[in-house]
Amino acid sequence: MASEKRTKTIRTDTLARVEGEGAMRVRIEAGRVTEVALDIYEPPRFFEAFLRGRDFAEAIDITSRICGICPVAYQMSAVTAMESLCGVEVGGQLRALRRLLYCGEWIESHALHVFMLHAPDFLGYAGAVEMAKDHPAIVADALKLKKAGNQVMRVVGGREVHPINLRVGGLHRAPRKAELATLVEGLERAREIALGAVTLTGGLDFPDYVQNFEMVALAQPGEYPIDRGRIVSNSGLDIPAAEYMDHFVESHVERSHALHSHRTDGSTYVVGPLARFATSFEELTPLAREAAAGVGLRPPERNPFRSIVVRAVELVGAVDEALELIAAYEEPDAPAVEVTPRAGVGHGVSEAPRGLLYHRYEIDDEGTILDAVIVPPTSQNQTAIEADLRGVVERSLELTDAELSVRCEQTIRNYDPCISCATHFLKLDIDRA
Amino acid sequence: MSPRAAAPARRRLKLAVWKFSSCDGCQLSLLDCEDELLALAGAVEIAYFPEATSATVRGPYDLSLVEGSITTQADRERIQRVRSASRRVVTIGACATAGGIQALRNVGSVDEFVSIVYAHPDYISTLETSTPICDHVAVDFELHGCPIDKLQLLEVIGAQLAGRRPQIASTSVCTECKRRGTVCVVVAHGTPCLGPVTHAGCGAICPAYDRGCYGCFGPMETPNVGALSREMRELGSSETAIDRLFHTYNASAEPFASAGSLDGL
Repeated sequence: MASEKRTKTIRTDTLARVEGEGAMRVRIEAGRVTEVALDIYEPPRFFEAFLRGRDFAEAIDITSRICGICPVAYQMSAVTAMESLCGVEVGGQLRALRRLLYCGEWIESHALHVFMLHAPDFLGYAGAVEMAKDHPAIVADALKLKKAGNQVMRVVGGREVHPINLRVGGLHRAPRKAELATLVEGLERAREIALGAVTLTGGLDFPDYVQNFEMVALAQPGEYPIDRGRIVSNSGLDIPAAEYMDHFVESHVERSHALHSHRTDGSTYVVGPLARFATSFEELTPLAREAAAGVGLRPPERNPFRSIVVRAVELVGAVDEALELIAAYEEPDAPAVEVTPRAGVGHGVSEAPRGLLYHRYEIDDEGTILDAVIVPPTSQNQTAIEADLRGVVERSLELTDAELSVRCEQTIRNYDPCISCATHFLKLDIDRA
Repeated sequence: MSPRAAAPARRRLKLAVWKFSSCDGCQLSLLDCEDELLALAGAVEIAYFPEATSATVRGPYDLSLVEGSITTQADRERIQRVRSASRRVVTIGACATAGGIQALRNVGSVDEFVSIVYAHPDYISTLETSTPICDHVAVDFELHGCPIDKLQLLEVIGAQLAGRRPQIASTSVCTECKRRGTVCVVVAHGTPCLGPVTHAGCGAICPAYDRGCYGCFGPMETPNVGALSREMRELGSSETAIDRLFHTYNASAEPFASAGSLDGL
């Protein structure tokens, strides 16, 4: 057909509703996608460089500044790395408080992404404010859900963005039972809203597309992966955090300030909600599993567009668990255990809302940081995002350029990309040469 | 709706939110105003805010909120265009107001930093310094904080709507600690604390969580940094510890920048 012989580029200079700055370009020649490029032009900030020479206890607050949307993920991967390096494992109520804080971040971040950033793609709006004109109840509920997560961050962490209460060995101050009790009402309401979100997102129309990448997430018997675990995959990988760099590599490509990750054999993998759902479905709370079953969602889910439903299910799980942690809370005798620095290398992993976040530090006997490596989830997903773009565009060539642009943006948002994390806001550029 | 809604509407304030080098946390503070967001979206026209909406309205804008610092040549040019399209420019947060944590590069070698992080330094284009917005264009008001306090942000937007100056205290964190009724962590526990020299605005969170202020709101007006350094030395802090405390989230804001010595970094 004549139209298939055209070659053209479709571009979007500023991709909205993602965190950070980037651009995207798709080139289509004779009905085939010949080039897909996700350019990350968020300026580099060099965290790994200026961490050198800082005290090991400072990495928690410094690395949280990589991302305003998932600061707790940075704090937890950093603190776990430092504690494991020093031979300390934080347990009991101190760990419960940290996990509660992390549940708060999941609720806040997932509520933001599901309702305010991603749902507008499915429902045909520019954003949540525009969506609120036709669906005021949905947006009002979304804000209540988000607020419930932020309240957890505020009470346990001190504030919503860049919380201040985590320290090596535990927390600076353990909250009183009465403080946590103030969260219960909001969380109970949030649980109802989250269940409604599963029904709402489960009933959306999804583009027909599946991917077959290896799915990598943390796993820990008896719990859904959030704050710790071994690194596992649906293809049998099962390693401790310390072996991360033996199995995954980052490479630097010219158009991007983000480093791309892949497996050491060169294959592509994904991290995030679909991976966690595939490898730890059984560990979700019964209510979350029931909600998933109610909309016909079962592991493994391989359509990345359905990640919005998985996030809604994870919202149910995170709210449920936050309520359980609060119900079981007993004030600890001390807010932290003593940690003495010692020379060595430590590794820390945790599940940011958008996927696995790995930190590695080398420190000396004084606790001074000699070297730091941070691999954020969006770097790890970048290769898969580009592959999905190619796959989705190839199946959607009948769409107009405007429709195709929207579909491409939606594809990128499936990953809830955090571009400041990967250093990296998106510009869409589709070229049908 | 009130009966006034039927009256001919006054043109709404056109709001734009711009991002430069930053973590997005300060603009997220706007979306974190869960109780006020929809009312705000009714009172102002959100004309440019890519993190929240893909709809954009061309300038000029009545109020531009600017997050992030200037670290690239392209951004140095873009901030000029933002300024010329905006009646008022308000910087939000430590990056836009003071250069941010990434201003730590200003005291090191950026080439070395690039080579530590990236395998192909030649692919990276960046300036040697991270500088605040006021180094490049006229700024009408600056909000401090890493991150900013969302109530202060609402005050700035509310003041703009009311046509008055924002009421933002320029005293120290100490005054907020007293109002909150928190026991002084320096006096009671000997904990190093930047509260006496740090700009108020957070509500004195850290001391309420039994830790010293780490200065994320940057210097207050006319702080006595030297006296505080001496006090910290007397309490047993090393020079390195004092340097690190002053030189993190507002590393290039004076007088934090020249406090202590930079030898420890």
